[in-house]
Amino acid sequence: MKAPAFAYVKPSTLDAVFELLERHGEGAKLLAGGQSLIPSLNMRLSAPELLIDITGLREYAGIHASVDSVRIGALTTHAEIERSAEIGKHLPLVARAVSHIAHPAIRNRGTLGGSLALADPAAEYPACAVALEATIVVSGRNGERRIKAEQFFKGLFETDLKPGEVVTAAEFPVAGRNDKSVFLELSRRRGDYAIIGLAAHNSRFVFFGAGTKPVLAGNAASKTSLQEARAALATDLDPPADLYNSSATKLHLAGVLLERAWNTLSTSH
Amino acid sequence: MGKAELPLHAPGTRVDKGYIGQSVPRPNAKRLLQGRGAFVDDLRFPRLAHVAFFRSPHAHARIKRLDFGNALKSAGVIDVFDGRAVAEYCTPWVGVLAHLKGIKSPPQHAIAIERACWQGEAVAAVVAESRTQAEDAVDLIDADWEELPAVLDMDEALSGRCVIHPELGDNICFKREHDTGGVDEAFAKADLVVEETYRFGRHTGVCLEGRSILADYNAAEHTLTVHHSTQAPHMMQDVFSRHLGIPEANVRVIARDVGGSFGIKVHVYPDEMATAALSVMLRRPVKFVADRLESFLTDIHAREHKVTIRLACSKDGEILAFDLDDLSAIGPYSVYPRTSGIEGNQVVNLTGGPYKHQKYRAKLNVVFTNKNVTCQYRAVGHPIAVALTEGIVDLAAQNLKMDPAEFRRRNLIPDDAYPYTFPSGVKFEKLSHHQCLDQLLGLMNYASLRKEQADLRGRNIFRGIGLAAMIEVTNPSPAFYGVGGARISAQDGATLRLEPTGMVTVMCSVTEQGQGTEGIFAQIAASAVGVSMDKVRVITGDTGVTPYGGGTWASRGAGIGGEAVLLAGRALLSNILDVASKVLNLEKETLDIENNAIVDKLTQEKKMPLEELGRITYFRPDILPLDFQAELTVTRHYTPREYAFTFTNGIQASLVEVDTDTGFVKLLKHWCVEDSGTVINPMLVDEQLRGGVAEGIGAALYEECLYSPEGQLLNGNMADYVVPMSGEIPDIVCAHIETPTRQSQLGAKGVGEAGTAGAPGAVMNAINDALAPLGARVTAMPFTPERILRALGRIA
Ligand SMILES: Cc1cc2nc3c(=O)[nH]c(=O)nc-3n(C[C@H](O)[C@H](O)[C@H](O)COP(=O)(O)OP(=O)(O)OC[C@H]3O[C@@H](n4cnc5c(N)ncnc54)[C@H](O)[C@@H]3O)c2cc1C
Repeated sequence: MKAPAFAYVKPSTLDAVFELLERHGEGAKLLAGGQSLIPSLNMRLSAPELLIDITGLREYAGIHASVDSVRIGALTTHAEIERSAEIGKHLPLVARAVSHIAHPAIRNRGTLGGSLALADPAAEYPACAVALEATIVVSGRNGERRIKAEQFFKGLFETDLKPGEVVTAAEFPVAGRNDKSVFLELSRRRGDYAIIGLAAHNSRFVFFGAGTKPVLAGNAASKTSLQEARAALATDLDPPADLYNSSATKLHLAGVLLERAWNTLSTSH
Repeated sequence: MGKAELPLHAPGTRVDKGYIGQSVPRPNAKRLLQGRGAFVDDLRFPRLAHVAFFRSPHAHARIKRLDFGNALKSAGVIDVFDGRAVAEYCTPWVGVLAHLKGIKSPPQHAIAIERACWQGEAVAAVVAESRTQAEDAVDLIDADWEELPAVLDMDEALSGRCVIHPELGDNICFKREHDTGGVDEAFAKADLVVEETYRFGRHTGVCLEGRSILADYNAAEHTLTVHHSTQAPHMMQDVFSRHLGIPEANVRVIARDVGGSFGIKVHVYPDEMATAALSVMLRRPVKFVADRLESFLTDIHAREHKVTIRLACSKDGEILAFDLDDLSAIGPYSVYPRTSGIEGNQVVNLTGGPYKHQKYRAKLNVVFTNKNVTCQYRAVGHPIAVALTEGIVDLAAQNLKMDPAEFRRRNLIPDDAYPYTFPSGVKFEKLSHHQCLDQLLGLMNYASLRKEQADLRGRNIFRGIGLAAMIEVTNPSPAFYGVGGARISAQDGATLRLEPTGMVTVMCSVTEQGQGTEGIFAQIAASAVGVSMDKVRVITGDTGVTPYGGGTWASRGAGIGGEAVLLAGRALLSNILDVASKVLNLEKETLDIENNAIVDKLTQEKKMPLEELGRITYFRPDILPLDFQAELTVTRHYTPREYAFTFTNGIQASLVEVDTDTGFVKLLKHWCVEDSGTVINPMLVDEQLRGGVAEGIGAALYEECLYSPEGQLLNGNMADYVVPMSGEIPDIVCAHIETPTRQSQLGAKGVGEAGTAGAPGAVMNAINDALAPLGARVTAMPFTPERILRALGRIA
């Protein structure tokens, strides 16, 4: 488990990053917290020629709340998000989700941008981003693009990022007074990726670990009774089996989470 | 050591003679905490070469061609070898023992020749200047394979339709049948017969430190020094000597710090033997450290049993007989030198163990398959025997509508029935099942837990309480391995030396794996001699230094090594008093050592510091009588021989809550009452129990090596192979009954495996107790949410 040889640079400007990405193309990889990338190198699942460490770009870290949105820089770590009073106040769903991500040591290094760019279908942030209708901000040589979360996540570990682009931030609308959200996750161990999870915001039920990307359960949400909603879930989701759970098990578990969220959302004030 | 160093004694510890029974902190803990451990991978050697192995990607395949051309050209590569080249230097071995009648296994080579029999078996070795370069070159080896049919399923293996080793005739490694007679009659007259089939997943012990070896052959002396993360340095010395053809006296095995072993590091591994051979071949030090992926593919796995058990009892709950049929799969080779027949053999020996029935029949089949090998892992066979026994006992109690604690009380062997011969043939010196049961029920407040459970059921909260009584093999005599022809010592030795400054150096053949052995040896030595803990230094794990012995396995370190230390300590005390008597001109019988000084035995009046006695002995022996020679270095050995095994007993309980919608099990609490004889260090004993329970919980709920139908390990990494972590482990309450063994003066039995032995059965019974009102039962470990949902009929 030794990574194949690679070169390493740590540029201090985004422009330098763009230039490196352009020059090295497919052979270059951005390195943020390294909590997903480094294990994959050590297991020789990928072998980039160059790692571009972007953690020196400090202006892309940090949390800024305005009246109607919270902007989280791509390099903000999970731990910073976890400790942020502003997130707690304005983005209760994200605040609840973050403690489910891995373990403290990993949260100290892993970043929001890394998680969004990786687009693991069982990850917490992408589901929250879709549930909250966040905007993913990406930058490239030709300037900035703002992409709705629902359009950003395209498939298994696949996003709308184009070659040469970097995720710089995500903007989440501030939760309103009457908004209600629920975050539920089932994992065998504390800190594991979810078998199945649900980020629910008002009537947006977004499942993770349930498909190739976060899945918005539109049919279930359109129903008026829980029973109908649970029945409709099968038309929203076709979860892939994992090592320990068949697709049917995951669908069943998704139904349980839907029921729990539904009950919480309809009783809480 | 400066004054500001840590207090050597835990608060409340008595600092005078008699550390036995005290929770003295382990002297080596601070060194490890400061990062000053010396694990194999920490060692630095000039001209050190690194090996990485090219491993079979197939479960069963013929090697048609291996092309090392590109690998040899890769940067930093020293050489690349196949199995034939290594076999010139290392002879193959066969993992059989004479007392396991009929056991068979083919010869196994350090590196496979012609054929690979499991995915992960090494078929070539690349030696390079760094491990990274070796791995780079491994990727460049070109191989042609002819895939052979792989036998993966146990029943398929037993059927013999496809035989893995044609020269053996069938796939049966070992079989055993045991019958007291009268079993069919007992079943015929029983009021109740219950039968169930249990399945135990294959799992493995996940050591913090992977298997590691650094072999350093010195051609000038024809000596081999092996730095090895092992539990049994002397056994390995013998193995290296025999298979590499180097005289035993020229082989030295050093096991300094070992980062956990759990039975994983007590076996002969082909890649480790290859590493030693490569050092001889290349005449330079060569190192191999298994990485996590290799560990999962090649560290021994364990368990994988399918067992049908029947129990016959009367209507008032008297167990009449057990009838057992165990099928177990061990991979393509029986592991050398302990064999892979022992686990199944233990299941036969131990099933029904705590109970007083007289009729017992057992059938065991151990078969070869094309998966990684299995062998002895912490608690060998016990978790299976305990879970089977306790599972079927609970089912019987449930059928009789009898409380499971009461059912056990009626059947446990009475505390005054010893010595006792169990129907499987094993003998118990003295056990304390009833005392343990009583203590457990009090400790956990059993009656009120039952009441709470009933109340909560009314609110659709499903809690379960599971009990698991057990017996455990500890302090094995030569009957375990030696009688079968294995050159594995059941004896251990300790040398104690009084230094001129009054310090005591202890050298013991039992090793430290992180469990605190060195700490308890210091306690025993200090207590026996009469010095304070800070005056004792302990050295273990070096065949060039310590007396000969077995090492650490089968819960034997404290009971056997500890006794050797105690005997040596007492002998040293006597020898010191001989000197004191001459120097002080007083009768030896009036003297003693207390708190680092010679004292008057009656008045405790201080006569002379040990330091002064040391000075005289070593530097001024001219003032001692001419006809007297001081002997301040003594060695003593100990082997338990009266009983084949010094059995311990204990009982555990688990309290769980099952979420019947998700199938998730929440462990609320775990209790463990254990009788391991004399408790030397309560803190270490409790932590052994807790660590063991954690591994047992892993077996019950989380851990399984999953193979595809083609024989590919599917979850060989730390993300997919689910080891419980602190967040999953409930509070574990420990308590003790102390019934010292009379075979030794120390009276200690073993405790290293008890937690692992009992926990799976206790958790299983707790889950089934929770599910009982819903008419569901689970019997296949690990109890994943999906398996529980399926039992509940929630999913198809
Ligand atoms: C044991 C363990 C458990 C874990 N459990 C969870 C879990 O439960 N839930 C979860 O969500 N995650 C989990 N993770 C992953 C963790 O959250 C990672 O931190 C995260 O997925 C990636 O963030 P990173 O900053 O570490 O990215 P890196 O590992 O550095 O990079 C990941 C990928 O994203 C790319 N990338 C990084 N930053 C950017 C950017 N700004 N723009 C474009 N591309 C970028 C990289 O090139 C790389 O391809 C776990 C990790 C471990 C080791």
